Order: sequence, then C-alpha cells, then structure tokens
Amino acid sequence: VAELLDKRLVFVTGKGGVGKSTVAIALGLLAARRGLRTIVAELASQDRAQRAFDQNGAQFREVELAPGLFTISIDPQRAMEEYLRIKVGALGHVLSGSRLFHAFAMATPGMRELLSIGKVWELAQLQRQTRGAAPYDFVVVDAPATGHGVGTLRTPRTFADIARVGPIARQGRKIAATIADHDFTGVLAVAIPEEMAVNEALLLQDALAREALPLDTVIVNALYPARFVEGERAELSAALPRTRSRLARSALTAALSEHARAATQREQIQRLSDGINSPLIELPYVFADHVGREELERLSHVLEAEL
Amino acid sequence: MSVAELLEGKRVCVCAGSGGVGKTTTSAAIALGMAAQGAKVGVVTIDPARRLANALGLEELQNEPRRVEAKRLAPAGLEIRGELWAMMLDPKRTFDELIDRIAPDASRATEIKANRVYRELSTAVSGSQEFTAIAKLYDLDREGDFDLLVLDTPPSRNALDFFEAPGRLTSFLEGRALKAFMRPTGVGMRVLGKGAVPLLAGLRRVTGVDLVTDLSTFFQLLGGMTTDFSLRAAEVEKLLMASTTAFLLVTSAQGEPIDEAIWFRRTLEAGGIQFGGVVVNRVHHDLLGDSEPDDVSAALARKLGRELADKVASNFRDYHVLARRDYKNIGRLERELPGDPLVLIPHLDDDIHDVEGLLQMHRYLFASRSERQRLIAEVVA
Repeated sequence: VAELLDKRLVFVTGKGGVGKSTVAIALGLLAARRGLRTIVAELASQDRAQRAFDQNGAQFREVELAPGLFTISIDPQRAMEEYLRIKVGALGHVLSGSRLFHAFAMATPGMRELLSIGKVWELAQLQRQTRGAAPYDFVVVDAPATGHGVGTLRTPRTFADIARVGPIARQGRKIAATIADHDFTGVLAVAIPEEMAVNEALLLQDALAREALPLDTVIVNALYPARFVEGERAELSAALPRTRSRLARSALTAALSEHARAATQREQIQRLSDGINSPLIELPYVFADHVGREELERLSHVLEAEL
Repeated sequence: MSVAELLEGKRVCVCAGSGGVGKTTTSAAIALGMAAQGAKVGVVTIDPARRLANALGLEELQNEPRRVEAKRLAPAGLEIRGELWAMMLDPKRTFDELIDRIAPDASRATEIKANRVYRELSTAVSGSQEFTAIAKLYDLDREGDFDLLVLDTPPSRNALDFFEAPGRLTSFLEGRALKAFMRPTGVGMRVLGKGAVPLLAGLRRVTGVDLVTDLSTFFQLLGGMTTDFSLRAAEVEKLLMASTTAFLLVTSAQGEPIDEAIWFRRTLEAGGIQFGGVVVNRVHHDLLGDSEPDDVSAALARKLGRELADKVASNFRDYHVLARRDYKNIGRLERELPGDPLVLIPHLDDDIHDVEGLLQMHRYLFASRSERQRLIAEVVA
C-alpha cells in the first residue's frame, strides 16, 4: 500500500468536533509544501479552509489559499448541475432547469452524497471533466462525521447496486472501484483522546473493514502536554492545602486538573492503540485563540515529522 | 438562570447543537434534574457513551423508554422525586414500526419492509436518524405519558440537519415530485403530460431504468400512505413549533460551535420556533483576575522550587489563553443573542460519561445564578 502522500485521494473523517477540518487543511499544507498540487474539498463544512486563511465568499469554486493549495466547498445541488451539463448535454440543461427534477433528485435518499462524492472523484481525475480545469496531484476530503462519512464512501456502491444498469450504475461502479483502490484512495481517521471519539474511531475501523476499505492512519488530535510527572503531582497536591494566595491556589488547581485530564487522555490513547491496527499519529492541543494559518502550518510540520 | 426555569411549562425539550459539544450528556443531565424535581421525564438518547448508557441502565438499543431505577442514582446522593425514563433510539426499528402503524394491512407492511428502496432508506441513508428521532418524539408526545420529553439530536456537523433531513425524507416519501410526472403501470412507466416526456427520458438516462422501476414499485406499495406521511409531517411541525416545546442549544465555547450556535438561533427565529436558551459546555473560567502568570512562579517558587513553579506557571498561561478565548466567544454570543439565557458549565475534570459526571453537570445546570457563581468560585480556588 502506497504511503499516504503517494495516494491521490484521502478522506479525513471522525466524530463531530474532533478537528477533521484542521487535520485536513494541515495535511493539505504539508502536501503543497512537498510540491503536490493539492485541493482540500469540504463536504459538510462551511468554507472552513477559506476562513482559516481569512478568505471568504467563493462557493463551489476552486480557490487558491496558498501556493499550490486550493480548496472547494462542495454543494450537492451545484454538483448535480455540473454533472448534468457534462453528462447529458442539452438534455442536462432541460433537467437542471426543471424544478421538479431538482426536487426529485435532492429528495432521493443518498443522491446528495452520491453527487458530492462524484465531484470529489472528478477532482481526483487526471483528465478533469470540468472544462479548462488543471488536474490535482493530491485531493484531501474533509468528510462528514464518521457515521455519515462511511455512508458517503459507501454511496456509490449502494447506488450501483440499486440502479443495477444504466449510467448511474456505471458511474457508481467506477467511483466505487476508485475508492476501493488502496493505492489511489486512503482514509484518515481523526479522534481526540476521549471516550466517545475513541469509540467512534474503533467503529469506523470495523465499518471500513466491512466495506473492504483501508484505514491508513489514525490522528489523535488535541493532546495535552505531559507537563508533570507523578512525583510532581504529589508535590502539587501536598502544596495546595498549605497555600493561601488565591492566585497560587488557582494555578495549582489548574495544574492538577490538567494533569488529571492528560492522564485520562493517556488511558484513551491506550484503548485506541489496543484496538486500532493502523499507525497512530499524535497532534498537540493548540493553545490559541483560534486555529488560523500560523497554527495550521505548525500542525502540518508535526504531521510531516510523524508521517 | 437555571434550566428548571427555562423549562417551566414545557412538555418537550430538544437539545440541538453541532457535533462533539456534549449534547447527549447535557440531555441526560437535564432529564435527571427535572425528574429530581418531581416530573415524570422521558429522555430519548442517540448513541450515548457506553458508561452513560450503563449508568442509565440502557444496555441495548430499545424502542420504548424504560424507567431508570432510583437506586442507580441514589448512591450519588440525588433524590429523584419524580420518575426518570430513558431510551436509546433504534432508527431501523422505529422506521419499521412507523410502516407497521400506517400500512393498511400486515402483508403490505411486510412487502414495504422487504423493498430494496425502503431497506436503503431506513438504514444506510443519512437523514434516517433525524427522521426517526422526530417520529419517536411525536409518538411519545401523543401518547402523553410524560410531563416532559427530552430529545438528544443525532450527531451531525450542522445543527440544522436535524430540521432539514427529516423534511427531505418526508418529501421523498410523499413522492410529490415523482408522482407529478409519472404513473406506474404493469410494465415500466406511462408518462403523464407532454412536458414530462423529456424529463422522464432524462431521468431514465441519468439514473437507469431499474432505479426508476424500483422507485415506482416502492411508491406503488406506499400508495395512500404518502398522505399519512404528509399529515404526520404537518403534525410534527406543529409539535416543534408549539409554545410548550423549547429548543436548547448546546455548544462549547470554541469559535466554530459558537458561530454555528448564533446562526442556528437566527434560523430558529426565522422559522418561528420557540427558543429556550444556550448551554455552553467546557468553559475555561478566568482564574487570573488582574494578575499575570509570572506572578504565579514568584508566588510558588519557594514552596515548589523554581523549575516546578515555572511549569505550573506555564500551564496557567496556556489555560488562560483558552479562558480568554472562551470569554471572547461567550461575549460575542451575548452580543449577538441579546436577552437569550446562557447557562455556562465549566470545563469539568473528567470526560463525563458516568453517573458522577452526570450529577456534576446537573449541579451546574440547575443552580440558580448565585449558586452557580459560588460553584465556580469553588473551582477557581
């Protein structure tokens, strides 16, 4: 199996709130630095990559964030219009102008996911179908939260099975084959070291295995630094009752409390590494006002060192 | 303001929010607190942590609420004057039961449940959790056994999914778009109206004949039931808009969940939906006051030695970066949503997924403003 950066298409998934976007953008920065023409495609978030780089506005357009690093927010409705234009030609225009057809397509269960992933697939093709579009070397997908994420990966197969024959079935099978190709497609799970996020990473591993999809790497995000050793913790606990100043007491309490949290995190990482067969990569907690370009660059260097 | 005041006179409390902000635990703690005060409360949870599920006696998915035995909670010292009932939603079963209920007879229900389109619909497809969660809430409300129902909403990145996904599924089930331009016959499809010809041709070209046939079989099976879906959808909407229903928005104090909370609140307002308030979880409170972290090293150096004191100070500095971030975000929330009640829960020590954690959270949720100040002061020093 090719190394992560040698693949063309990497899905980043995980429980809600674990930092999927952060990891996806950091990975994108890393790939771009290595000279790969890279795009971060967002499936469920609202222009997070653009906002992290203090840009805004452009929807469903490939926007350049930094040299060699692009982003796009994929909207299923727009993806459908584009697909119809490319695939069905003149008839496509009739269809995409039809409100009935829109209502039908958008209401058909799984159709939104199929259209979104179809666009992702298109981004990863050497021969782009979008007119005048240059190909990408590396496509990072900021995928929806795990439960839906595996659903999204499965959608092309589901549709191929339902439709059996015809263009959707053909297209579905083609995309499904691309996703199933371990040299081409990779999956990166993000978890924070908390019970629920770890559970979800473990469930994701099983769900991917059922679909015969790989889980390349698990990123353990937002790790507290191990500041204090056990002996120091004891010293801090002992000092607390003998300390009078409110400030010093607060600081001691905060230290003890972070130490306890770091210990809980370690237990969860242990659970994760016991249950996960893929390599784990740890990313530090970002103590910052918000995760902007500078922080993302920093994380991308940590990733680079670990990958 | 305490959550008890926010929920006064309410029969339904929906806890919404983006993923990873502690919705499930918050829902359970709210239900617990209201039950403690004497109400008969049912909480519908979705995918709770195992320890939390065990704490509530929810060993498996089941589709009816079960009473949480008081003795499970007693050791932690909370007296439940009312009753706490809990369930863990099983979307597939809820969907099947819905079909059983509205199908004209059992054999039709069996046929529908065996249909390929239905099987995909009720399991794989995103939106089925949201759809069934609301369906369950509606049925429980109609049965009227509870003083208060608390609904945890499915995990999603976007809080609004909870409203949009069921609607999408409903409009599919109503088959309005599809029915408008085709009518199933024995073989394939007959087209209604001239204008529909290219549409149908296009549809078949894009989707394949089999899919269209399968869908048409599915809608044939649904038959008159599509009307029931529409009627139910209207009733559900009435329930969500009722003055006895309150939406509580659960968020953490980080920038993006706060942005989402503000946006979600506005959308609710535009939709005319009653809003209860915002619960902000995992708040880092300011412990510093007017001091600087360097003052900490100085204050502790003699007791701990320079090196350890510096480490404590550097931890404190990092903590305060987060405290300042949280205060800034909460300030923005207050400015953007003037007058909305905010309930702040501190960043508690453990990953809260057991009875102890539930009670800790409950203490903050149900404290009056002054009690909460006192609780926070305890954390602070």
